[in-house]
Amino acid sequence: MRYRAPAPEALLTAGLDTLTAVFHRPSGITHLLASPAPEILALLAEEALDADDLLARLAARFDLADANREALVARLDELVAAGLVEPA
Amino acid sequence: MRHVFSVRIGPIGFRVGSDWRAPIDALGELYRYYPSPNLPDFTVRLEATHWWRRWLRPSIRIAGDYTLPEAAPLPLAQGLLAAEMAMNLQLALGGRRFLLLHASCVERDGRALLMTGESGAGKSTLATMLAARGWRFMSDEFALIEPETGLVHPFPRLISLKNAAIAAAIAARPDAKLGPLLAGTPKGDIRHMVPDALAVGAMDEPALPALLLYPRYGFATEVRGVLPSESFVRLTQASTNYVALGETGFGALTRLVRETPAHAVDYPDGAAAIEQVEALWRTL
Amino acid sequence: MADALILARALADPQSLALDTDWTGLITTARAEQLLGTLAYRLDGLPLPEDVALLLADARAAAENGRRAALWEAEMARRALAPLGCTVVLLKGAAFVAAGLLAGRGRSIGDLDILVPRADLDRVEAALLAAGWEWVKPDPYDDAYYRRWMHELPPLIHRDRDRMIDVHHTILPLTARITPDAGALLAAAEPLGNGLAVLSPDDMLVHAAAHLFADGDLAGGLRNLWDIHCLIDDHGSAGLAARAAHHGLSKEMARALRLTHRLFATPVDPAYREVRPGDALYLRRLLARDDWGRPIRPATRLAFYVRSHWLRMPPAMLARHLWAKWRR
Repeated sequence: MRYRAPAPEALLTAGLDTLTAVFHRPSGITHLLASPAPEILALLAEEALDADDLLARLAARFDLADANREALVARLDELVAAGLVEPA
Repeated sequence: MRHVFSVRIGPIGFRVGSDWRAPIDALGELYRYYPSPNLPDFTVRLEATHWWRRWLRPSIRIAGDYTLPEAAPLPLAQGLLAAEMAMNLQLALGGRRFLLLHASCVERDGRALLMTGESGAGKSTLATMLAARGWRFMSDEFALIEPETGLVHPFPRLISLKNAAIAAAIAARPDAKLGPLLAGTPKGDIRHMVPDALAVGAMDEPALPALLLYPRYGFATEVRGVLPSESFVRLTQASTNYVALGETGFGALTRLVRETPAHAVDYPDGAAAIEQVEALWRTL
Repeated sequence: MADALILARALADPQSLALDTDWTGLITTARAEQLLGTLAYRLDGLPLPEDVALLLADARAAAENGRRAALWEAEMARRALAPLGCTVVLLKGAAFVAAGLLAGRGRSIGDLDILVPRADLDRVEAALLAAGWEWVKPDPYDDAYYRRWMHELPPLIHRDRDRMIDVHHTILPLTARITPDAGALLAAAEPLGNGLAVLSPDDMLVHAAAHLFADGDLAGGLRNLWDIHCLIDDHGSAGLAARAAHHGLSKEMARALRLTHRLFATPVDPAYREVRPGDALYLRRLLARDDWGRPIRPATRLAFYVRSHWLRMPPAMLARHLWAKWRR
């Protein structure tokens, strides 16, 4: 299953030290995200990806401590429940 | 309605209609030197719960543009409290022009100190004490952040003092004008204090937020810096209308937390708190 | 005593407002009738006193946020129900804004209302529960009553977003004396292109009339009647009488047309331009709000409240229902 995130224009982003505040314009909901959630959103906005491709790109593009597929799927499920990510 | 009162407090205008004269007289007396609004932003109604309740064990139901259906009626003797609570409720639920934060606020040299925290943390008392030491009192309950400019606007309503804070505030400002002592309210003893002439006279002068404090009363003195991310979380919880403001709220709050230094301050007593506040202010 | 006629006139003909209008009274009445956003859009662009203009600008901003939140709820329901492949029809306010209708401009929107085929009700319920919605009232008697007799599931609320959804399988309670054709409503529904649908324009009007007269006690009636005015303004009323007859709602539709013409000068067929006995009482009820926002005309209100229960349930059932509730 592939996942997709909204285009950058759909979000207002403010980096605040350890967290990123994200205003999701379609819903009006504000999310406080910690790494790797902002990076996941950025990648899925460029292109719809499945969990394996996403994991590979995260590892390649960003310096992630714990490249674990199970943890990634858990994060994706959270983002789907929050409405930030959609099955493509 | 039978008895009517209007008042402007900072940028917010209210009209209050009442089935009884006493609360209107009390409001008129305490708000005597405040201006009147041209167009009230909000309407409050103090109503008898049933028509016979106007005379028999008179009981006030708070109504108006915005209501909380579960709210319990108050006895007529606490009419002033009912009116103040009702006005607060209108602003909290209906306020849209400003980002509203549950915070007290004082000003010096055009810059503002905002204090926010749980009920009982002492933000009201601290604001009153600082006002007694020459700071300009802007508000004890709501800080109004203007999204376009980031400035905080005054909302110098009657200061609501509870239980032990009553004596402390009177000690700090012995000349202050006071409302009646309302004993046995749902929150204990309550007394209202009118802000000083400077606060009332300058109610149209905003200030630039310069320091955010999270005070905690009843602990050994300790100060620690607070990161913007933590401030953001605390302040969304302290805001009644952040969600309703949408993009505008997001912009106003991110700006505030990024541009304003913040500290958590634990303090054992008022004097220690004042000392900490002045020390932090000097570091700006 | 002042009533809401000032508001009705302002909505129908904004240009007719004089500069010495009682703005405070008008705004308070509009707020109490959930019509402040609507009024703000109707007055947008007209010369107004500055503080009135500012307050109404705030009201438009609030309505915009409300619209966004309503559309998002619809979207999240769509995501939860898409795998089921069944018809999902948006109703009322959410439908008006999703379809870009005049009736949606400035409208205050509360819960999300959707209509699904009765046969799909169980799957829809399961999908919503799996996607984070929860029951509002866990009371077994109310629940049994609801499932057996009402036209909708017991209310659900989303645990994170705190917004309610009402899932209907027809538009009036099963115990009501009138039984609209739910199958026809679903068959004629018009897709929005994203997997959701809205009722056909005629069905939207019939639903609005049913909701206004046959379902409730007319609380919020002025807003509902304004919806009807806007829908007719958008779409006209040719074919409406026939469609209303099909659903068994001829009387209600006719009354709605007479009242909206009377109050808002809505262009309707000449047959609906006269006043019938009983209309005056409805107008009294619809305008029962004063310039302090207070509900007025208690006797009229009570009469309609009692009537609304009588409409929803046959008298024997009503007695039993109230008895059971009283006993608990």
